[in-house]
This record gives sequence, C-alpha cells and structure tokens, in this order.
Amino acid sequence: MQQLINGISLGSVYALIALGYTMVYGIIRLINFAHGEVFMVGAFAGFFAITEFGLSFWPALAAAMVFCALLGMLMERLAYKPLRNAHRVAALMTAVGLSMLLMNGAIAIDWIGASPKGFPQVIEIKKFRLMENVVVSTDQILTLAVALFLMMLLQFIVHRTMMGKAMRAVSQDKDAARLMGINVDKTISFTFALGSALAAAAGVLFALNYGVVMFNMGMMPGLKAFVSAVLGGIGIIPGAMVGGMLLGVTETAVSAAGYSMLRDAIAFVFLILILLVRPAGLFGKNVREKV
Amino acid sequence: MAKRLCLLLLKAAAILVPAYLLQMLIDSRSINPYYAHVMIVMSIFVILSVSLNLVVGITGQFSLGHAGFMAIGAYAAAILTKNPGLVLPDFITGYPLFILATLAGGILAAAAGLLVGLPTLRLRGDYLAIATLGFGEIVRILLLNWPFVGGASGYFGIQRFTSFFWAFLFAAVTVLLIRNFINSSHGRACISIREDEIAAETMGIPTTRYKVIAFVIGAFFAGIAGSLMAHLNRMLIPASFSFMLSVEVLLMVVLGGLGSISGSIGASVFLTFASEALRQFRELRVIVYALLLIAIMLFRPKGLLGNQELSLSLLKKASLTAVARFRRRQKDAASTTPAD
Repeated sequence: MQQLINGISLGSVYALIALGYTMVYGIIRLINFAHGEVFMVGAFAGFFAITEFGLSFWPALAAAMVFCALLGMLMERLAYKPLRNAHRVAALMTAVGLSMLLMNGAIAIDWIGASPKGFPQVIEIKKFRLMENVVVSTDQILTLAVALFLMMLLQFIVHRTMMGKAMRAVSQDKDAARLMGINVDKTISFTFALGSALAAAAGVLFALNYGVVMFNMGMMPGLKAFVSAVLGGIGIIPGAMVGGMLLGVTETAVSAAGYSMLRDAIAFVFLILILLVRPAGLFGKNVREKV
Repeated sequence: MAKRLCLLLLKAAAILVPAYLLQMLIDSRSINPYYAHVMIVMSIFVILSVSLNLVVGITGQFSLGHAGFMAIGAYAAAILTKNPGLVLPDFITGYPLFILATLAGGILAAAAGLLVGLPTLRLRGDYLAIATLGFGEIVRILLLNWPFVGGASGYFGIQRFTSFFWAFLFAAVTVLLIRNFINSSHGRACISIREDEIAAETMGIPTTRYKVIAFVIGAFFAGIAGSLMAHLNRMLIPASFSFMLSVEVLLMVVLGGLGSISGSIGASVFLTFASEALRQFRELRVIVYALLLIAIMLFRPKGLLGNQELSLSLLKKASLTAVARFRRRQKDAASTTPAD
C-alpha cells in the first residue's frame, strides 16, 4: 500500500514526461531524445527561480514551464524544422546531439556544474498517517495533484480548443491539414512548447520529491518516460498517462521487494516485452503502413 | 585458381608486412610508446566505426548500443584469458587463448545483439534506438553490480596481449569482411532496406532477417573491439562503456559518411587523434562533438563523404578532371590573350 502511493507519485512524473514524447512523436514521428534534458533544464529553472529570485513554489513552477516552452520551440525551430523532410536517421541523430549538447552544456555552465545541488524545501512537508503503516506526505499529494491537473488541462486543450483540433489534424495527415488552411509550422511549434512545459513541471516536481538537481538527472527518467509512452501506445495521450503510472508502480514494487539494483532494468524489460507481444502498445490500434 | 590464390597471398602480404614492420619499429622504440598506444586505439576505433557503419550507414537502422556490445565482448574475453581452464581447456595459453577469447567475446556480443535485435527490428520506426540505448545502460548497470568482475572499482590484472600488430590485423580483417559483405547480394539487400524498406519488402527481400543479420554482425565486431581494448588497457571499468562512447563511435560514422567504409576509417583516425590532442579540455570536447554532430546533420545529412568510397579510381577521376580543367583554362587563356 505504501509502495503503491510512492509508485503513483513517481509514475505521475513519468507520465508528465511521457506526454511530451508522445505528442511530439504523434505529430512529427520523431523520438525527441533531448526531451529528458528539457526535464533537467526545467528542474534547474525552478531551482534558480527559487534560490536566485526568491520566488515561492507556484511562481517558480510557472517560470520553469514558460522557460522550457520557449526552449522547446527554439529547439524545434533550429534543429528539427530544417530536417522535417530529411531521412529519419538524420533527425534522430540531431536529437541525440541536442541531448548531449544540453547535458554537457549544463556541466560547462559555472552555476550548474557537475556536482548535485540540493533543491530547497519550498513547501512545508507534512506527513499524514492513513493506516497502520501507510504514510502520505504533502509533496507526494502535491505531485499527484499538479500532474492530474496538468493532464486534465492538456485533455481540454487537445479536445476543446482550436489549437488542439489543429494538433489532432496535423498528426493525422500533415498535408491534408495544410490544405485545410491549418498553419502546420505553428501547430508543431505549439506542440513542442506544450510538451516541454509539461516536462519542466515534471522536473520541478521530481526535484521537490528527491531534493536534488543534477546535470544528468534527465537521462534515466527520460528513457523511462519513453518506455511509458511506448507501453501505452505511442502517439496516444491517455496511453502515456496509464503507461507512466504502471511503470512507476512496478518500479517501486520491484525495489520494495529488495531488488533495488534491478530497478532501472525493469523499464527495458517492459519495453522488450511490449514490443514482442503488442508493439502498438496497450491502447494502440494496429495501423497498416501505406505507401 | 592459381591466380586467385596468388592474389589472396598478395593481399595477405599487403596487410601483414606493414603491420609487422610497424610493430618492429614500435618494439625497437623508434616509435614512441605513447604514439604506439594511440595507433592501437585508432585501429580499435576503426573496427568499431566500420561495424557500426554497417548497421547505421548501410542498413539504415539507428543503433545506440555499440558501447554495450563492446562491454560484453571486453568482459567475456577478459574473464576467459584471466581464468584459463574455466571454460576453455587450460593447455591453451598465450596468443591462441587471446584469439579464442576474443572470438568468444565477439560471439557473445553477437548473441546479445540477436536478443535485442529480434524483437525490435521486426518493427518499423525508431524502436531500435531506444532499445539499444536501454540495453547499453542495462549492461553497464549489471556489470557495476557483478562482484566477480570487480563491480564499480573495475576488473584488474588482465594480461596485455593487444599489440599494434594484432590490432591492425583485426582491423584489416574487419574492414575486408564487412566490405565483402556490402558488395555481396546480402549487402545490396541491406542497402535496399536503407533506401526504401517498403519497396525492398515488395521486391521480396526478407527485411527483418537482413536487418537482424547486419545488426548481429555489427555487434560481433564491437565485441572483438572490446576484447582488444581489454587486453590493451589491462583493466576494465564499467563507467568507460557509457552512452558517450556509443555517441563517439556514431560521430565517427557520421563524420566519415553514412555508408562509406573508407570515410569511417578516416574519421576514426582523425577523431582519435583529435581526442588525444584535446585531452585537457574534456567537457569542451564533448560539446564540440555534439555541435559537430548537429551541424553535419543539418548541412550535410549523409556525412562528409556521403556513401562514396575513397579509392584509387576516385582519386584518379578527381585528378583527371582537375587536369582537364587546368588544360581548358590554359587554352582559354591562350585564346583570349591575342584578342586583348
């Protein structure tokens, strides 16, 4: 029971990152390897907003989200847009290059550096005892609440606004969408901004839960979030949420069972299994490829 | 028949003689030991980049796990040479043991490649990239937690077997084998998959099988390179087989040209040299590498050489056109001067 709560809290962070992967993949069929690094930048943006500018938690979260949304749009504009019609491997390699650049760029920047930094306790941590030995802390509740709120907001944007309609149209058929007068470039840019903002929120929440920020913190959560996205069916928004939760819960269950060393391996076992059994993901439909 | 045999012997001599001569120069200290070391590392990176080029450049599948396969080969071979009699009979010692262990390391890496490749290569799209990236991380984590090979502190006391002669020999054999593979009908099938997978399948090419074959061959040679590295440095640390190593090899492939074997060789030599020269600026080096990777992809997505091979005939053609251009210019100059 305790592990379930910890797992859901971790899983909601994975789910938030996975949403970015899934939206970007859905719209331009690209695995954005640099997404994990956006998560890291988001955590640092939150960190600096709190320590340098003295903001409290909520404004810092918002600042980090805005900063990363801009970063995401910039990345798309400079690195991915010129390659939109190029070979797929070229775009993937650029993504790997961007990821390396952000990660090592962070080390090179003096006030980030290579050593981990303590994330300030900006909210008061209270623990609630639910049952005999089940404890929930405020940061866990906050994480879950923020994640759920953002997911609901995302659902609203995607299904109830004009921009969301444009996103869905572009992901179905880019050329047809363009013929219908949709500004495809703007829509893709918006998708990157949205995904990056979610990653930034995840970064701040993750940092709050674990109390540290570090230059390479984006790598593992980034990979696992991708696995979550594949698990739920890549390109499908509710799939990413369920996949993230499932992975988070399994992971904490495995480490609670005493195999904490294998915790990081679980995600990849999941990946191989899902690719073997149901490559389209839990919520996916099999789509026949057209020429 | 006799002619073919003669040609084969000639080719063998063309590899063995320079390798032997250079080794003699190294042994007699005419070549400084530091440079000798760099030359061996270059040969190892040639093996790595050429084998990765088969996967990424020729078959068009994006693999990020080369360091993982290298680690498997390195540790497997090191275990075999360190414990003679554990798997192989213990009367095999010295160089035969080294060669057998290296091959065993390659085979084990290839088996791991099969394990990762089979489920992921069935699918279209980019699953291989993530699966191989994850695979590399799993290998590293498992090695970190395996006390038998020393865990995080490293695996020590491996005998030194890798000399320039052996490294060069393995590199040359790798290049020859992969070149022959590419020029065979199997290689053509792989290229057709890179160009258009759906069209290739329509033409009756079993795409999954060829993707797996290319991937497994790539993993095999990565394992070989790992064994050479283990018996060069005489110690292994899991941290040295990180994601960065895979990216470094990938950069060599991209810089040389996707699909160009000679390009990969040139880029490996150049980048190994550059890494040594920039050793003191470690972090900056990685940033430069990342920028280089992005810049090449943006401005020349096929790599510097593209899929062309640098060969004598290409040089001849280039020099002939240069000469022709020079002559034409002279003629033009001669015909315009009287008019002035």
